[in-house]
Amino acid sequence: MNLPATGPNYSYLFDTGSMSAWGLLRLREQLENGLPLTPRPYQTLAERTGLSEQQVMNAVSQWQQQGLIKRLGLVVKHRTLGYRANAMVVWNVPDDRVSTLGEAMAAAACVTLCYQRPRRLPDWPYNLFCMIHGVSRERVLNQLASLIEQHELNDVDHAILFSNKAYLQRGGRYVSNC
Amino acid sequence: MRLDAADRQLIDSYQRNLPVCERPYEEMARTLGLTEEEVIQRLSALQEQQVLSRVGPVFEHSQAGASLLAAVAAPEEQMDLVAARINRAPGVNHNYAREHTYNLWFVMTAPDEDTLEERLDELEHQLKLPMLRLPMVEGYHIDLGFDIDWEALP
Repeated sequence: MNLPATGPNYSYLFDTGSMSAWGLLRLREQLENGLPLTPRPYQTLAERTGLSEQQVMNAVSQWQQQGLIKRLGLVVKHRTLGYRANAMVVWNVPDDRVSTLGEAMAAAACVTLCYQRPRRLPDWPYNLFCMIHGVSRERVLNQLASLIEQHELNDVDHAILFSNKAYLQRGGRYVSNC
Repeated sequence: MRLDAADRQLIDSYQRNLPVCERPYEEMARTLGLTEEEVIQRLSALQEQQVLSRVGPVFEHSQAGASLLAAVAAPEEQMDLVAARINRAPGVNHNYAREHTYNLWFVMTAPDEDTLEERLDELEHQLKLPMLRLPMVEGYHIDLGFDIDWEALP
């Protein structure tokens, strides 16, 4: 079989016993667009992928267990709901403190995403990112002030990048070609 | 946007753990005291109103393939044009304007690292703008399924 160029990440496709690898690849592609809103969505996916309804449900459950699917549920567009002040706060933290601080900030209720990324000197000195999905700028700035106070970050160089417009927001396309 | 109590409850209950069974919407309906048809209609309407981007899986990016956060510094008057070009690039799934010299921030995904590099090289060449490439080193918290604070919303 002439499989597409794959990295090591595709191995889980072949762990599902007798299911067709192509069927599973098509299923992933379909799932990137979300679950169909039909009474039997897994049956609808089965019809589109050449798998059986049971195989589709097994694959989805297995991918959840393996962690490939980290969440199965409603994906909210926070901006529409009124979360208008989305701030990406970036910090230049000493390397030996970044993990500890990252873990600590991640635990704060107002922090919705938190991760470490590389610096790109001289243009980009920041290595720790946290996202605050807020309702208003004022509220976000207050949340940030308490974060700074709580974790004693007064002397840590940081910047706040509010987002004023979303040009595109959708799920990752890892398998599909667009 | 103000949602009614049933829509709020639907969102509160099912940002995760959507049932995997033959009739998932029926099971959700039973839990919420609605009918299966109502659940499907509400979900369709919420998708149409852009409250939901979709119903379904969020893939773990490190297992699903390659992905990277990138930023470019676009001249202020060309923001929309540059943003549109970024949106057209293959694999781009998020693209936001942010208040900084690096004013357009986007996430690109691809089946593997090599494809991702090629796509970014191509885009950088096309835009003729310097690009920051910021792969994730370590994630401390990555889950946008947080509880909605309905009271705080406008």
